[in-house]
Amino acid sequence: MTQRILALHLGLIGLLFVLQFVLPPYHHDNIARIMVMAAYAMGYNLMFGYTGLLSLGHAMFFAAGMYGMGLSMQHAGFAAEAALAVGITAGFGLALGVGLLALRTTGVAFMIVTLMFAQALFLAILYFGPFTRGDEGFVIPLSARIFAGLRLSDPTIRYFAALALFALVLLAMLWLIRHPVGRVLIAIRENEERTRMLGYDTWRHKLFAVTASGTISGTAGAVYGLLFGYVGASFAEVPYSIFPLLWVLLGGAGTLVGPFIGTLFMFYLIDLASGVTDAYMLVVGVALLLLTLFAPRGIMGMLRERWLPWLP
Amino acid sequence: MAPRKILSASAGTTRRSMLKGIAAIGASTAATGFPGFTRFARAAGSDAPIRIGFQVHRTGIGATYGRWYERVTNAAARVINEMGGINGRPVEIVAEDDGTDPKRGAEVVGKLANQHRCDVAYGTLFSHVVIGSAPRAGELKIPYFVVSEGHHVASGMLNRYTLQPGITDVKSQVMAMAPFVAANLGRKVTMIFPDFAFGHNHRDFFSEAIAAQGGEVLARIAIPPTETSFTRYFAKIPRDTEVIYHVMVGPSVLTFVKEMGEFFGPSAPAIFGFIDSLEGVDLASPGLEFLEGSHFWEGMPRYEQPGDPDYVKFYREQVGLDANGASVDDPDDISANAHMFACWETLFTIKNGMERAGYRGPEDRAALIEAVEDIDIMPAGREHPQGPKVFNGLTHQAFGVQYISQVRNSRLEVQHVTAIKDGFYPDEVDYTKQPL
Repeated sequence: MTQRILALHLGLIGLLFVLQFVLPPYHHDNIARIMVMAAYAMGYNLMFGYTGLLSLGHAMFFAAGMYGMGLSMQHAGFAAEAALAVGITAGFGLALGVGLLALRTTGVAFMIVTLMFAQALFLAILYFGPFTRGDEGFVIPLSARIFAGLRLSDPTIRYFAALALFALVLLAMLWLIRHPVGRVLIAIRENEERTRMLGYDTWRHKLFAVTASGTISGTAGAVYGLLFGYVGASFAEVPYSIFPLLWVLLGGAGTLVGPFIGTLFMFYLIDLASGVTDAYMLVVGVALLLLTLFAPRGIMGMLRERWLPWLP
Repeated sequence: MAPRKILSASAGTTRRSMLKGIAAIGASTAATGFPGFTRFARAAGSDAPIRIGFQVHRTGIGATYGRWYERVTNAAARVINEMGGINGRPVEIVAEDDGTDPKRGAEVVGKLANQHRCDVAYGTLFSHVVIGSAPRAGELKIPYFVVSEGHHVASGMLNRYTLQPGITDVKSQVMAMAPFVAANLGRKVTMIFPDFAFGHNHRDFFSEAIAAQGGEVLARIAIPPTETSFTRYFAKIPRDTEVIYHVMVGPSVLTFVKEMGEFFGPSAPAIFGFIDSLEGVDLASPGLEFLEGSHFWEGMPRYEQPGDPDYVKFYREQVGLDANGASVDDPDDISANAHMFACWETLFTIKNGMERAGYRGPEDRAALIEAVEDIDIMPAGREHPQGPKVFNGLTHQAFGVQYISQVRNSRLEVQHVTAIKDGFYPDEVDYTKQPL
């Protein structure tokens, strides 16, 4: 069982490694972006798919990482390595703070509170425009996008950097959900009352899930800014909170590979449909409806249900 | 420094004298440089189309502008092809929607360059999409001609592959308004602007410019982007305000104007605004009556003006504009003419640059950048119907005339045309120092 699981996940990483050498330039860049956004979706999945906490404001963590990284470069002159650390810390700090406050609520109230926190962060970015460059955002110059001597604007290095992030998050998630803490998170998702009755401190576990999820999302935001050279307020807006939800639902909530599959599927659905019709969002909407009707547990969820019950 | 060559016009230029000058330049261009409507003279080695990747806002917040940007782009490409194309090769527009989103914008630049094999990328309007996409254009070393009016290009934030030759930037526009406002409307100004980058640009640039004219900004009222009711902000306007300067944008602008009218009644100060607020909106819309008599900046006049030169008539005819600046097919479909002319002019600048560079294909992209950097004077004419411009090759930014119009009988009538030099400011970057 363990071998099959390891083979699947290491095989995916291996496949992505090989693709680096064969993909044409456009798709090469796309897959690099998809891997970073999939890391963001995996962070979201930890909270939603494995712990059952539905956040509508996850963009705040992504943006916290991105702005933590970008602002420390822009205003403090930090090098990429230190700026990345600031970005990750920003994601962690915000997630811990939001978790401490938002976990006082449950269900719909939790969704609304996370949405409001995210809106507050977005409006703060606009309000402090002279410092953050407001809605326009700012560019991370080429000269600053050098990490450990590696030029991150180089397509090959960027691809491998994105793959490193993706692989790290995927393997960490694989380890976590098989760890006793991960098992408790799944138990909370299935029945929080029963888990508490069994003697587990569910609040602390949920706080861990929110903090870890926010840290992963913040890391993805910081890495995205570094790799692609732009920091902007649009990444803190509501759509970027909804996207990871859609990616996870499409790929399969509570599956490890699902967020990647969902991100990949959604990206190319938009990309291909926009080449056929101006009404491509209608095509996307219809595809989502069909998936919801015929594969309500998402693509990997359906595979697990029908053929691969061992899928984590 | 100011652009290397200055097409001078005095600060006191009247519309009539400016139009005469524009017409003279246009006539000389037509006589000497306009290639005429010849069919394609085949370039040596290739008759494949020049592929111009058009990053268009078909969906998202920029869709109103995007629709008209696309119409103007298609019209200009048709005219260029009727003239014989570029270097004897036809022009093909390859459009991709970016959803007015900077992340997708960067992806679209990559798609245009790597998948559609476009020669250049072009056409982006919204500043955040430009700023999000420009790094990708720089990495791919594909010339990226933006049509945004943002100050981001001339500020030095972007890179050598990003140019804005078809429209003046907001800093230049705002600076050019100050002399007219101070001389004709008043020197004590209250500014009302949206509380994000676009509004902040106006606040900062105009405050500086009006001070240089001996005026002052009495109050700066920032309105949050989520606001839907404005009356409480009007109470903050100082009583001795002589001019209200407004740049509200978005769907709430009609409410803004209506509530301002209700607040002031017949005893309002002079009002000056940027037409950005009302691009695509019929000035005869209910609720806008209060704007009667007020003044607006226009990049290019929306309404047909008496004495319009032939090249303006040609442009309007080719784009499909009626006398009111609406589509000839639908009088309710109001254009974004204060901005969209820049698509036309940018395409003709690309043509000019490619012809100067002897452009054959992507291997000549660096030569194209250098050729465009070398352009300085762009005379008014069919290629530049908005008016004469100078291009600063160091900052990659065009400078041109601006129009100040007054609302009369729910139409905008041009009252003043600024001089190009009114919009000059010291260079903030020299892109030519960056390697290609």
